[in-house]
Amino acid sequence: MGSSKVIHALYTDDDVLLAAVKTVKNEKHHIEEIFTPFPVHGLDKAMGLEPTRIAIAAFMYGCVGLIVATVMMNYIMIEDWPQNIGGKPSFSYIENMPAFVPIMFELTVFFAAHLMVITFYLRSRMWPFKNAENPDPRTTDDHFLMEIPVHDNEKELKALLTKSGAVEVHIVDKQAH
Amino acid sequence: MYTFSKRLKIVSISLFVLGVIGWGTSYVATHGLTLDDVKVLLAEENSHHGAAASHGEETHHDVQTDAEAHAAMIQSTHESESHAEEAHGTEAHSDDAHAEHVLHQMHNRPYAALYVAAFFFFMISLGVLAFYGIQYAAQAGWSPVLFRVMEAITYYVLPGGLIVLGIALWAGDHIFIWMDPEVVAHDELIQGKAGWLNKTWFAIRGLIFITGWSLYRYFSRKFSLAQDLADVNDNSNFKKNFRISAAFLVFYIYTESIMSWDWIMSVDPHWFSTLFGWYVFASMFVSGITVIALITIYLKSKGLMEFVNDSHLHDLAKFMFAISVFWTYLWFSQFMLIWYANIPEEVTYFVTRIEDYNLPFFGMLILNFIFPFLVLMNSDYKRVPWFIVMAGIIILFGHYIDVFNMIMPATVGDRWFIGVPEISAVLLFLGLFLFIVFYALSKAPLLAKGNPFIKESEHFHY
Repeated sequence: MGSSKVIHALYTDDDVLLAAVKTVKNEKHHIEEIFTPFPVHGLDKAMGLEPTRIAIAAFMYGCVGLIVATVMMNYIMIEDWPQNIGGKPSFSYIENMPAFVPIMFELTVFFAAHLMVITFYLRSRMWPFKNAENPDPRTTDDHFLMEIPVHDNEKELKALLTKSGAVEVHIVDKQAH
Repeated sequence: MYTFSKRLKIVSISLFVLGVIGWGTSYVATHGLTLDDVKVLLAEENSHHGAAASHGEETHHDVQTDAEAHAAMIQSTHESESHAEEAHGTEAHSDDAHAEHVLHQMHNRPYAALYVAAFFFFMISLGVLAFYGIQYAAQAGWSPVLFRVMEAITYYVLPGGLIVLGIALWAGDHIFIWMDPEVVAHDELIQGKAGWLNKTWFAIRGLIFITGWSLYRYFSRKFSLAQDLADVNDNSNFKKNFRISAAFLVFYIYTESIMSWDWIMSVDPHWFSTLFGWYVFASMFVSGITVIALITIYLKSKGLMEFVNDSHLHDLAKFMFAISVFWTYLWFSQFMLIWYANIPEEVTYFVTRIEDYNLPFFGMLILNFIFPFLVLMNSDYKRVPWFIVMAGIIILFGHYIDVFNMIMPATVGDRWFIGVPEISAVLLFLGLFLFIVFYALSKAPLLAKGNPFIKESEHFHY
């Protein structure tokens, strides 16, 4: 795998970071990633990230849960071993539906919640046995790190980032994952 | 400062007058009905049914087509219902007795129509009063910009409450069968409840509730206005409001529950449900919040509430969404237990509604649950005023139907229709409600500027 040069700028304050992101964006540089110890309000908008689509995914997962619950109970309670529910032996799913609604609701929530979490992990490139991508452990404590790819403009970027309030600026050779 | 525009005044007064005329004519028309008229009508209906079975009345038609899903449930519970009827000694169904029964139902209709509309508009203002109390008790920071709208809507609690209680006592056994001594004399179940269900105690309880709610409303409004004029460092009026709001909420949750047994549940005096108070509360809460949103959007469109931003509307719409789901949860909790247990004296309540009120009963679920759930689910739509208005109108209509379903089956049976008396009664109280609410709005500045949270509220951003 090849390697690429990136610049790491460290900040110690979220407001300074937010201002720096705006300056860097104004200069039309691409910000690869930002590592922060806590969620910084408004950072996604400043970086120009697209709004999350996880709500749409959650809706679809919920629909899957609803369908699974319906198919499962129809097979178990109506087809495979027909049951007399509440003294109403109609052996029809739709006529016994009030009894099934709680399970339909629970599985809808169950599927939406669990699959949403799993989707979020995968989308964030976090899966079992993966090594942490975090370039500097201080970002889990009190530092904020901005990562910008370098394209033969080291000096210009370094000057810009220092001016924007970075406490440290390094050039790093990044191993591609 | 809002001035009650002449146009709105004329609109509300003409709605009121139109309602009075419409309701008055239908009252006179049904009052003039005699037993012979009803017999002719019934004979006509019978021949009609014989000629073309599928071409029945609107209700019968709906039962035949829409209710396939519940057909078996109806059948299984039908037996138990007819047994219950026999137990009440109605097996002697001669034609005369039936005609008289129908005549009573037709006489009841204008009373019931008036009562449903009166309660619906009263319930909106009582729901807003609870919402307002919660904002104070929770010391909410987002909502003080909406306080004046809420205070205006709650101005209707006193007149609305007295009107509902007045109609209940005036209509008497036209709505509440237990108010008829003749019925009580032959009914052991009602006799057992007579210690609670008697006209005097009913009236006293109603007056206690209305007095309590109105006192809270009076003082919280007074402190709210006094806080505007007070020094910036003086929050004593706000603190007083906080204390009385906490006390009011305790009073409210008991009295609201008892009120819903008295004013609604007792129209079916044999039937009872322990979560009925919560169920009615959910209905009034969501209708109230919807009306806050609608009036706020109206005033904002007039440029009078510039301090209300998208985030406030978003929060109101979130409440509309959430409480609609909450209402459905309670509706279903009540329905499922009764359906599952299938005990005759309980299940008749739903059998009547599914057989004779199929369209409003299941239509209400679509209006109050499926529609708001799908329309208001998307975050962005909760910020679009016309979307909130559309969803709000549907929710209000749905909750009118909800009250309709609670009162009508016990009073007019299968002789229901949403016709002249119902629509006129709604117009009548809509006119009165608008007049009183907008009059109250014009009495004070639209921004509660003295509230200690007002800055936070103005800068509220979600």
